[in-house]
Amino acid sequence: MRHLFTILGHEIRMLLVNPSTYVAAVLFLAIMGLIFTGLIEVYSEAAQETSPAYDFFRLFLGFAVIFIVPLITMKSVSEERRLGTLETLLTTPVSTAEVVLGKYGAVYFLYLLFWGSTGGLFYILHRFATDARLLDPGTLVGGYVYIAVSGLFYVAIGVFASALSRNQAVAAILAFVMLAVLIFGPKIALDVQLLQLEAFRPARAALDYAQVFQHLNDFSRGIIDTRHLFFYFTGTTLTLILTILGVEAKLLHH
Amino acid sequence: MPAVDPDTAPSTIEVEHLVKTYGGIAAVNDVSFTVRRGEIVGLLGPNGAGKSTTMRILTGFLPATSGIVRICGIPVASRTDEAKRHIGYMPENNPLPEDMRINEYLYYRGRLKEMPREKLRTRLDEMLELCDLKRIRHRIIGKLSKGMRQRVGIAEAILGEPEVIIMDEPTIGLDPHQILVVRDLIGGLRGRMSVIISSHILPEIEVTCDRVLIINGGRIVAQGTPAELRRSVVGRTHYELELAGDLTALPAVLAGVSAELAVQATAGPDEAGFHAVTLTTTSDQELGERLLQALTARTYRVRAISRAHPTLEDVFLAATKRSWDIVDAPSARRRDSRRRRPDKT
Repeated sequence: MRHLFTILGHEIRMLLVNPSTYVAAVLFLAIMGLIFTGLIEVYSEAAQETSPAYDFFRLFLGFAVIFIVPLITMKSVSEERRLGTLETLLTTPVSTAEVVLGKYGAVYFLYLLFWGSTGGLFYILHRFATDARLLDPGTLVGGYVYIAVSGLFYVAIGVFASALSRNQAVAAILAFVMLAVLIFGPKIALDVQLLQLEAFRPARAALDYAQVFQHLNDFSRGIIDTRHLFFYFTGTTLTLILTILGVEAKLLHH
Repeated sequence: MPAVDPDTAPSTIEVEHLVKTYGGIAAVNDVSFTVRRGEIVGLLGPNGAGKSTTMRILTGFLPATSGIVRICGIPVASRTDEAKRHIGYMPENNPLPEDMRINEYLYYRGRLKEMPREKLRTRLDEMLELCDLKRIRHRIIGKLSKGMRQRVGIAEAILGEPEVIIMDEPTIGLDPHQILVVRDLIGGLRGRMSVIISSHILPEIEVTCDRVLIINGGRIVAQGTPAELRRSVVGRTHYELELAGDLTALPAVLAGVSAELAVQATAGPDEAGFHAVTLTTTSDQELGERLLQALTARTYRVRAISRAHPTLEDVFLAATKRSWDIVDAPSARRRDSRRRRPDKT
């Protein structure tokens, strides 16, 4: 694993000097700002039951994760495969696992950086809002912890999609679909009539357990449930192992 | 001028009965060879002969179906990481990241090759100097010309001072001047590192390499120094003469010079009465002088005489043709019959 930090450092550097990162960042903050402004307007008109931070994270999970994660992960492995530089990379004493983890780590770092920048919105609210109840630190901290933990899984899915195709557009669409299924799938599936049958109770329980919005809800209330952590950590590990195997399999059959 | 004694230098690459199949089709079929320290070996073959596959297996990038590959005595299959430390590799088409600067890229690669920072800095300077990249070291790789990119690839391959350097088509797509530069670079490695280069450009291999392996249809069909190959594969020397006189008496004269000498073709006479005659012999001896003496003694007037060296091109064509005939005879027949079928209908 001694090359992991060399690759990680290199990948972070390359992300930070790449113009497309900044385009994605501007896009991200613009959407974010719009959603936030909209939310503040709603809150200023009438009292709401939940804190704006919670609504903000909920909306954002829907939009930002599904659009931004594919945008920042699509390049990671597929670009190297397309250019053929994966071949030169893997003929140095570097393992596939180090390459995948290095790339994954770099994109995850960028993901955290993007989310970290949204702290500015809350800072502005804090400076100008007179009502202290609008800013519930518990919700804020819980929300960010959720973002960091769930991000592990989402970014892993993006990198996995990128390892499947040498075409970046295909990788992005794959990641988009997988993330959409993960985030909205269980919620929609639970509404299917067939699953209401008694025989499908275990399936319903499993789907219920995989509802990411429920996880967010718990986290933002300060409940850090080990079952949720388990869900994201195992998901991440499994996806990364599949990514490593996927990269190796593609090498064998190319 | 091989700087190494091929019998005493330790072998750095050993390949034994290497086989690689893709879905039942053999891309490399029972290939065995060794390369000694300091030797430059050329891997020659038509497109799809298995050159790149062989090289990829040598680097540990692809696993072999069967057979043994050892780099500096280390088996590549079981101790891949260790073997990779002894190899510098430049793949086909020389893939490079588009958005890095030359010195950044070389530094990053040096770190991946486990070079200590201090040593890497001095080595990097040396490499930039050697490959004539010093002036352009801050340029972005995506904006370089093909020749510059190729030099970056070569600098990268030799950066870590590996014992074995493997280059897949290092001179493809370069202009003659750049080919000369690259050739000098590779030639400069002779004696220090073992180099395998693949190519289908023959003069290239002939000038640079100490030894040539001709590979076709996944098999080695001929190997040796270019001179050995000429002898063993083509097996004939040609003499071209222009002479005037009675051609019917010529065979008798030739028999007096050497028993193996025979007339292969005659043409002419031209306006001045000279015939162009091609003689062929299986012997290696230089017969020019004796030939000249014998012919002038018999009142032939000789205007020109030359000994035609078979080029590596002739060797290559002869070797690959022979291998098609031998190795692929059944499938070649099938191919022929398939090709003929449209004619009949």
